[in-house]
Amino acid sequence: MARENHKEPLFHIVKRMNISEGAKVGIRVLSIVIGLLIAAIFVISLSSESHNFFGFFGSMVSGVFSTPRKLWRFLLEAALLLGVSIALVPAFKMRFWNLGGNGQILMGCLGTCMVMFYLGGKLPDPVLWILMFIAAVLFAGVWAVIPAIFKSFFRTNESLFTLMLNYIASILVGYFIAFWYTNGTGAMDPLTDGRLPTLGSSPFGKYFLPIVLFVFVTVAIYLYLRYSKHGYELSVVGESENTARYIGLNVKVVTIRTVALSGALCGLVGFILSGGINYMMSTTMDGNMGFTGIMVAWLSQFSPIIMVFISLFIAFVTNGMAQVNEDFGFTDENLSAVIRGIIFFLLIASEFFVSYKIIWREDAQKVVDKIAFPFVWIGKKLNPVFEKIGSFFKGISLKARKGGK
Amino acid sequence: MVEFVFQAISIAVIFLLGCVGEILTEKAGHLNLGIPGIMCVGAAGGVLGVVIANNVNGFLSILLAVVFAIIFASIAGLIYAFLTVSLRCNQNVTGLALTIFGNGFASVFVNSVIKIQGINGHGAMLSLAGNKFFMAHLPFADKLGDFGKLVFGHGVLVYVAIAIAIAAAIILSFTRIGLNLRSVGESPATADAAGINVTKYKYVFILLGSAIAGLGGLLYPMQLMAGTVGSTMSSTVEGIGWLCVALVIFTLWKPALAVPGSIIFGALYIFPTFLSKFFPDATFTFAAKKLFDLIPYIATIIVLIITSIMGKKENLGPASLGVSYFREDR
Amino acid sequence: MHQLELRNIRKTFGNVVANNNVNLTLEKGEILSLLGENGCGKTTLMNMIAGIYYPDSGSILISGEEVTIKSPIDAFKHGIGMIHQHFKLVDVFTATENIILGYKEQGKFNLKKSAERIKEIADKYGFIIDPKKKIYDMSVSEKQTVEIVKVLYRGADILILDEPTAVLTPQETKKLFNVLRKMKEDGKSIIIITHKLNEVMEISDRVAVLRKGEYIGSVNAKETTESELTEMMVGKKIELNIDRSEPKNAEPRLIVSGLSTIKDDGLPGVQNVNFVANSGEILGIAGIAGSGQKELLEAIAGLTKIKDGKIEYINPENEETVNLCLKNPRQIRDLGVRLAFVPEDRLGMGLVGNMDLVDNVMLRSYEKGRSIILDRKTPGALTNQIVSELEVVTDSVHTPVRRLSGGNVQKVLVGREIASVPKVLMAAYPVRGLDINSSYLIYNLLNKEKESGSAVIFVGEDLDVLLALSDRLLVLNGGRISGIVDARTTTKEEVGLLMTKTVAHEEE
Repeated sequence: MARENHKEPLFHIVKRMNISEGAKVGIRVLSIVIGLLIAAIFVISLSSESHNFFGFFGSMVSGVFSTPRKLWRFLLEAALLLGVSIALVPAFKMRFWNLGGNGQILMGCLGTCMVMFYLGGKLPDPVLWILMFIAAVLFAGVWAVIPAIFKSFFRTNESLFTLMLNYIASILVGYFIAFWYTNGTGAMDPLTDGRLPTLGSSPFGKYFLPIVLFVFVTVAIYLYLRYSKHGYELSVVGESENTARYIGLNVKVVTIRTVALSGALCGLVGFILSGGINYMMSTTMDGNMGFTGIMVAWLSQFSPIIMVFISLFIAFVTNGMAQVNEDFGFTDENLSAVIRGIIFFLLIASEFFVSYKIIWREDAQKVVDKIAFPFVWIGKKLNPVFEKIGSFFKGISLKARKGGK
Repeated sequence: MVEFVFQAISIAVIFLLGCVGEILTEKAGHLNLGIPGIMCVGAAGGVLGVVIANNVNGFLSILLAVVFAIIFASIAGLIYAFLTVSLRCNQNVTGLALTIFGNGFASVFVNSVIKIQGINGHGAMLSLAGNKFFMAHLPFADKLGDFGKLVFGHGVLVYVAIAIAIAAAIILSFTRIGLNLRSVGESPATADAAGINVTKYKYVFILLGSAIAGLGGLLYPMQLMAGTVGSTMSSTVEGIGWLCVALVIFTLWKPALAVPGSIIFGALYIFPTFLSKFFPDATFTFAAKKLFDLIPYIATIIVLIITSIMGKKENLGPASLGVSYFREDR
Repeated sequence: MHQLELRNIRKTFGNVVANNNVNLTLEKGEILSLLGENGCGKTTLMNMIAGIYYPDSGSILISGEEVTIKSPIDAFKHGIGMIHQHFKLVDVFTATENIILGYKEQGKFNLKKSAERIKEIADKYGFIIDPKKKIYDMSVSEKQTVEIVKVLYRGADILILDEPTAVLTPQETKKLFNVLRKMKEDGKSIIIITHKLNEVMEISDRVAVLRKGEYIGSVNAKETTESELTEMMVGKKIELNIDRSEPKNAEPRLIVSGLSTIKDDGLPGVQNVNFVANSGEILGIAGIAGSGQKELLEAIAGLTKIKDGKIEYINPENEETVNLCLKNPRQIRDLGVRLAFVPEDRLGMGLVGNMDLVDNVMLRSYEKGRSIILDRKTPGALTNQIVSELEVVTDSVHTPVRRLSGGNVQKVLVGREIASVPKVLMAAYPVRGLDINSSYLIYNLLNKEKESGSAVIFVGEDLDVLLALSDRLLVLNGGRISGIVDARTTTKEEVGLLMTKTVAHEEE
């Protein structure tokens, strides 16, 4: 019929309307598996000492679980990351790109250390704790509120603003260290006064309370978002500013209030890092968790349960890679960042397959079917498992909903 | 003073390339927060090139360094482009992941090279003799006094960088390609309806921007650090990379403004190390010197605020920056 | 041989048949009006010629030859250019830049030369255009000019204009028609989509009518009358079966006097508007799209900047008068004003698409009480009540609203607003995009509200409905009231005239 020979494109992409919970879990698990395989190949091909493919996974597991110390360290790492991620969620949900987690954590560290440094020994420890907490939360909160105010009143781009504030916070921390310790090393000695209480000196004793704290914070923020009026208001603002105006919400107030909360919670992480774990601060104490936390928050799509799992997984990779480093003869701890980067790429890419569907041209579909056959077969076998996992997640969130009625 | 300006220009070209790279990407509608990572990767690629060239031939040294820097950076850019253009993933998240990856990759890579080639007795340093080719400048420059040193005394890549910035400015403002590119960043739906291949433009300019930024990364070890590669290279380059992203705002998305802008940033960046020369009488504590590092960031924030208050549309960046384009959405 | 011919065109979207069995011809040097009610498939049909959509079946012939048009580029190649209702222009570009965008011209890239050519085209057809002006500095009619010149610049012979006059003032419309006539003299063929009969009679040589996606026929403009065209458009006259009771105990509830507003872009919204809405009465608001309906309702609801004037609400409980000006919706509610508003943009303003039914139902009432915890119990029960009473089709009350069909979305929105037992109910285009049954349900709800003593303000686009439902009819024209008439006694012609005539008024 057509005069010109227009070929139909090889494939086109459509938005998925519905996707089963099993498929969601399956796609993500697959991307993690592929990520780990690439990581393993990357490491063994670069290593000069070992080329044991399975040894890679062995090292990772032993790096996390082989001693109680490692295990608790891993749990702490996951809890801190969870803390940062959940801190970013309220702002995120309001479509406020808080890329300033790093800086807000550092300001929390700064506030904590200032109280410890200046008031340590002059006041009883419990008073110090309270003041440290207030200073950390206040510093970090202010650090987040500044860009929020400008965004509210002048629509100033918040992502770039918060990025710049990261560096300013880092420089300020460096300044105070240099101010306090004029020896020029740029390092700070651990402080002795105002250390947060522990349950003894074992790793368990030191790490248990922070872990409990962040689990508690996660639950609290989840409840705040889901069951409080504030949480409801910020979702309305995030979804549609027009609707927010329509119901008479003051968008500026909600924005500033929410971002302040987000920053304060990042400050809480700084408070624990400086006051409960390291008893000092450094310009890199944030460990880039502000950035990692954004990815965790985004990948989990605000679901705290998925957030727990991703945090655990990222902490697993980070700590496991430390062991891999040792076993495979690397000197650079940044190897774990490379592996995390690869896994993030795959997880980010997997979101595409969750929300879009590729429709192939008829002849191409046949080829695709052939290539995909083994995967589809495996997928079909695994599907019931994924469905169970998926419905487990869904079940939890539904139960939580009904509980609130 | 001459030394100060000379040094400022040396670092300014890194800012310039990173900034122009980011501008081209942003003009295609993509806020690439992976640029710092891409610059790290580019630096790593450059180091590899110099190591391979093994100090045999000056031309080969530069050529291989440039080629590897571009290849490495383009691959990183390709990952970003594939995820954000084809898979329509969130640009901020993808960019941050790329920066985490790029910084780590460059660090691991450079430290491996240091470990293998560990020479000069430095455990954590690698001195690349090939740098003399990068630093080689016109012979008559020295004879022309201060002026000659400032204008003709730089390594060849400094001039390449300025040429790239000018070329980018001309392409953006005075060519059909530039017009099409800007329309893609402003309103991809309009560009699409006008028959412009939006995907192609996005890919080409994300890759091109990445390659240019990667070249900027290469300049850090080979030009600014005079061929010395240390274990902290990648974190420093990442820091410079973020300033490049900031510089884009500072220069209002104009590559031509990026030339003076980057020189200002270069001057601000090295100002603290020149404090004693400018203020020989004043004594700054080690701590107080650190505060001068704040200036570029604060300046960027001020520009960011001022441009948003003035609200002039041209100065706010491409309208569709950060938004994925999906044709069926319209 | 026809310049353009469509044969048996059919296009479906899912289960909806947008066009079926359409045959249409266009001659060289002819202005053809494509007439039909809202949603009869005019734009879809034209989009197929312009390469936006691809027909499911049927063929398109240009100068007798069958062609395939898969993209706007293909359309340009065949000399077809369409001016869409929503302009596709880059805001920060100049007119010239927009016009040459994407056009692969011979020769070097030279904005100056292109600007000269644009001037030539403009002079030839009598456009007024500043090639260096940026789009964001332009008025709507200037933007439209850019779109038309863009098409001409590419040498189009067939121009399609989608409701070009909807956004123009009468003077601008006159100018546009002059330009179109000149183009016609130049041998261009023009299709103009519209549903305004007077314009059809004025500008076109031939009129083609679509009804419910089907081609009804075409007539020469000179040999037809408005009533014949109307009949072709709407088919057999449908007796609207809407009950209308006599207003009971009508007393002033809302008094608007001297109201002027400013739009977000700084342009004037409504100007010097005076009217009274009575309890137990439906006040219809008519007017062509964009005559200030939205601004008027949003001003009353507390959403627009008010420049001047007063909006007074008379509280039926204590006969106190409250001024609503300069108050936001929450403040208005806190004053005890029972005002409900069904906005035009349902999922963008009235509801949140990604939230479930319960969360949407409590949008206007969640903040009641001192507790910081949300109460979802009461709204949950209310939602169930709305779902069962209004027969909302949904899987559960926890389905995100965006998954519901248009009619069900509207039921949730109207249901929520009525549940607040309002004393004033404002509804903007409440039946737009709804099927017949849902529409009647909405009419009945409005009538019920009226009978229970509310003052109902109903903005509609279908004149028949407005005339059948309202007690009084307020007509807006260019942001001003051009008349308030008794809906029982007035005629369609009178209202149509009030909607379209050029209002003479002193410039302030």
